[in-house]
Amino acid sequence: MSNTDFVLAVEDLTVSFDGFKAVDKLNMYIDKNELRVVIGPNGAGKTTVLDLICGKTKSTAGSIKFKNRELTRLSEHEIVRAGVGRKFQTPSIYENLTVYQNLEVSYPKGRGVFGSLFFKRSDEVVAQVRKIAREIMMEDILGMEAALLSHGQKQWLEIGMLLMQEPELLMLDEPVAGMSAKERDQTAELLNRICQNRSVIVIEHDMEFVKKIAHKVTVLHQGKILAEGAMDKVQANEKVIEVYLGH
Amino acid sequence: MNETLSKILGGKQGAIGLGILAALILVLLPLGLDPFRLGLVGKYLTYAFVAVSLVLLWGNGGILSLGQGIFFGLGGYAMAMFLKLEASDPVSTAIQSTPGIPDFMDWNQLTALPWFWEPFKSLPLTILAILIVPTLFAFLIGYAMFKRRVGGVYFAIITQAIALILSILIIGQQGYTGGVNGITDLKTLLGWDIRTDSAKYVLYYVNAALLIGCILLSRYVLSSKFGMLLLAMRDKEERVRFSGYDVSNFKIFIFCLSAMISAIGGAMFTLQVGFMSPTFIGIVPSIEMVIFAAVGGRMSLIGAVYGTLLVNAGKTMFSETYPELWLFLMGGLFIAVVMFFPNGLAGIYDKYAKKVPFLRKLSEESPKARKAETVLVETKEAGVKA
Repeated sequence: MSNTDFVLAVEDLTVSFDGFKAVDKLNMYIDKNELRVVIGPNGAGKTTVLDLICGKTKSTAGSIKFKNRELTRLSEHEIVRAGVGRKFQTPSIYENLTVYQNLEVSYPKGRGVFGSLFFKRSDEVVAQVRKIAREIMMEDILGMEAALLSHGQKQWLEIGMLLMQEPELLMLDEPVAGMSAKERDQTAELLNRICQNRSVIVIEHDMEFVKKIAHKVTVLHQGKILAEGAMDKVQANEKVIEVYLGH
Repeated sequence: MNETLSKILGGKQGAIGLGILAALILVLLPLGLDPFRLGLVGKYLTYAFVAVSLVLLWGNGGILSLGQGIFFGLGGYAMAMFLKLEASDPVSTAIQSTPGIPDFMDWNQLTALPWFWEPFKSLPLTILAILIVPTLFAFLIGYAMFKRRVGGVYFAIITQAIALILSILIIGQQGYTGGVNGITDLKTLLGWDIRTDSAKYVLYYVNAALLIGCILLSRYVLSSKFGMLLLAMRDKEERVRFSGYDVSNFKIFIFCLSAMISAIGGAMFTLQVGFMSPTFIGIVPSIEMVIFAAVGGRMSLIGAVYGTLLVNAGKTMFSETYPELWLFLMGGLFIAVVMFFPNGLAGIYDKYAKKVPFLRKLSEESPKARKAETVLVETKEAGVKA
């Protein structure tokens, strides 16, 4: 595959689990500064696509190029260090650490064993934690134990932990699941803010929320792309209405 | 420098806790106990090295090793091999058919010293072996398992199996290892008789100082970013991996460090008790050591030492009167601790210290300590702005 200007170029990506093709010859291209939303019915392969990109699942065939660098052969931590961040479906934070510590642990310095043993909490680190905490609206509760946060705050904290690493591609799996209406609005604003200088892929079911954030929408069905394009076009697509949105 | 120092001491509260422990084992016990009882305490304190290593590995890292006896034993055997060679000089072994080799080799018809015994003629090489052989062994086990993401119960079972295999191997290779009796009749260290009362006092103090040193080292590790990552890994390993860390390397390192600390304990055991045998390697001692750490509090380095002292004192007292009941009692103790006091003695102290006025004063720092993080952040922030 030749080099492209896309941040992420997925081509002919296939993964089969015991013969079942969860993702089948998928092609997808993400632009710089694009916010792409992936929708589709349960079992369409949305989460599997994210798993493949971040290295949690190994592909059977095909290629994933991030800034023209092949990701399929890298291990998880190498993919993260290349600049890809991944948020999991259920909030995945360190409950026994404080908000501050959760963010600091995610700071991309001192990532080796000895680097972490001699890691110094410099002014830069503190400033970065502050900046991100402000972004995710948690500046006032840095000292709080993460276990005590509300569900919505946990989701934001995990997004903040990813932002600490300044990734160029951010992948969020259902970031507003279980959030109140107000929290959803705040999250939409947050996502619109943070996609200014990076590309974002979001998996989401909430159509109202998708409308607020999506630049482009990809509809997955049975591991294949059913439709792709602007939200209103996709919503009007006959096939999409049939298998997913309903009449 | 001051920051590093306070990291090692664990703040004011940590320094006080360590001060009390140091006063107990360095002053009170040597003053209050006769040489025989103090010797027992010295022996228990060598187990405390293992308990401390388990606080690092299990309490903070969430990796339960049921084979720490392996490393305690390797350290102990390395020391014993040196002492045995010193005790087997040609003059005192003149009646053997091959003088100059350890007696058990002679009984097993060996006529020359096996090659792997050669380095143990030198004390510096022996000390190196005590520190490096167990660490290297832990590295091999850790590399093989953590790189393949073997963890949890499987890791516990495999370490237990290795402990069993190693003890069987040692028992089976009688000519090379002294077999089931172990390595006995150890007399001198570079000509210094380790069996006298005065030597026992010296060794007791060396042991206590090394133990405190290991606790300080462990404190440093736990207070660094590494320590925070250990807790993070225990909680959400996937999240750590997807934050750009190679999780297996961190696990291998903490396993190696815990092995080295255990090995120092083993070497000090041999010096103080005067022999080493496979009974300190197998499954039972390895599990006992987990119980020491659990009783003391698996998150507390200092608690682990108290846990070890207490359980062993109990063992000595009970097994003198009801030897056959002791194992049941210890099993019951373990179940009780896990069910009712998951943080062991340290947890009980934290919970009830507030009710005693004097102790409350000491522990009043803890809510502040929690806030200190924010204060630190704020002061640093102010510095950035200025």
